[in-house]
Amino acid sequence: MNSSLGLIKDGIFKDNAIFKLALSLCPSIAVTNNVRNGVLMGTAVLFVQVMVNVTISLMRGIIHPRIRLPIFMLVISGWVTVTDLVMAAYAQDAYKQMGLYIQLIVAFASILARAEMFASKQPVMPSLFDGIGMGLGFLFSLTVISLFREFLGKGSVWGVPVLHAKPLLIMILPAGGFFAVGILMGFFNCLGARMRKKARSR
Amino acid sequence: MNDPLIVSVSPHIRSDVTTARIMWSVSASLFPATLMGAYFFGPRAVITVALSILSAVLCEHLYQKALKRRSTVGDGSAFLTGLLLGLTLPPVVPFYVPVIGSFVAIIVTKQLFGGLGFNIFNPALIGRAFLLVSFPKLMTSWREPASAFLLFDARTTATPLGILKEQGYEKLVEVFGDRLTLYSELLIGHRGGSIGETSGIALLIGAAFLLCRRYITWHIPLSFLGTAAFMAWVFGGKGALFSGDPLLHLLSGGMLIGAWFMATDYVTSPSLKSGQIVFGCGCGFLTMLIRLKGGYPEGVMFAILIMNAFAPLIDRKFHPRTFGAKKQKSGGVP
Repeated sequence: MNSSLGLIKDGIFKDNAIFKLALSLCPSIAVTNNVRNGVLMGTAVLFVQVMVNVTISLMRGIIHPRIRLPIFMLVISGWVTVTDLVMAAYAQDAYKQMGLYIQLIVAFASILARAEMFASKQPVMPSLFDGIGMGLGFLFSLTVISLFREFLGKGSVWGVPVLHAKPLLIMILPAGGFFAVGILMGFFNCLGARMRKKARSR
Repeated sequence: MNDPLIVSVSPHIRSDVTTARIMWSVSASLFPATLMGAYFFGPRAVITVALSILSAVLCEHLYQKALKRRSTVGDGSAFLTGLLLGLTLPPVVPFYVPVIGSFVAIIVTKQLFGGLGFNIFNPALIGRAFLLVSFPKLMTSWREPASAFLLFDARTTATPLGILKEQGYEKLVEVFGDRLTLYSELLIGHRGGSIGETSGIALLIGAAFLLCRRYITWHIPLSFLGTAAFMAWVFGGKGALFSGDPLLHLLSGGMLIGAWFMATDYVTSPSLKSGQIVFGCGCGFLTMLIRLKGGYPEGVMFAILIMNAFAPLIDRKFHPRTFGAKKQKSGGVP
């Protein structure tokens, strides 16, 4: 159990897809101009990541190494289609705004990378926890980025106005997305470096 | 120590031209333009510029204090950035606008990239671009210039380029009376616009000073202005080619302050003369492209920023061949 907790922790901190590996930056800029979209996107990715990891791990004995990448892609697109249809059925409004990006989860580097590097070599349980960790890390990153951008760009959190000043419009435009990701990436890396230093000196 | 044989490392001859000296000279050369801005737009404009300078210097100082580095406020680069930013703002903006602009210019554009000499983009222009995109309404509400110094409630007006974009050339001439008045008003600075960009004559005085002291060379500004004038002449007119008004385009907007004071920034422009001419031509071309075809009435700022990004590439392309080395066929990067 200890190692599975460790896997989850690694996914959130050490191997955080956006802040540490700098993967999947496209959605982290495209859909994060309000918190609701960020959280929804993160949840969708969490679901797909977990299911893909589990499926690939179950199939790892029967996938021929030569054609493993096409198989991974098929599995990923299968689960993305499931997510897509579920969202289209139950979350109409959000789907209208970000349906395209949900379908784009197929092309997320972080999901394929985990399938290739982890799930295709590990038993089901570690793969499951790795998927949860990576997915939670993604969800966490998107939430933080979208919180930062919505707060500064619209002066609100989850659509509720909180900041009663003129917002910085640029933060909800694409350029602001780059600013936000860069600044937060720097912040978390700095934080990580400090924590490691502390742990070493202890 | 009376040893006549002193061994030391080069350089042996030092010029007395230091970074600080250049920065303060450039700041001084902007004084006439600042004065004209103060004269036409009143005390509010002075406050805007002062606030911008103050917050830029403060940002630099606090950042370097926070990182426990030597404070380089004394070299005047933060002062100059603040001054340039202030001069490109509209005369009447809320007080937080220049502060935010200076913060972005100094901290985000300059210090986060490593401080003076390491920034890719011109800090003052990034600060202004950030403000323009963040507060589009505030940044484009221009005040009518009032010669009476103590007139607080000036009317809003459009800039000449704004009128040109919205209502066309004939309307612009009509507003100013006739073409000659239009040119002279543009040259003196009696028009709507940013604080420091309106007075052509004041900017040219400053530029002449810098040229005489050899702090800038003619390569970037003249190729910039030349290309822009040529584009304006060829494509600026209604319908027929070669019927545009190059003089109007040269004197309006931020063309002069951009070409002489922004594009010539040492850090963000190519260092070789041949590259500088390419750089200037690119700036002029992009400016006119944005002015004539783009959505904004003014394109100097974005043109310079875009060319800033190309500056390292231009430098690489024009890198002189090492003496005796053979010319490489592809990707000739030594």
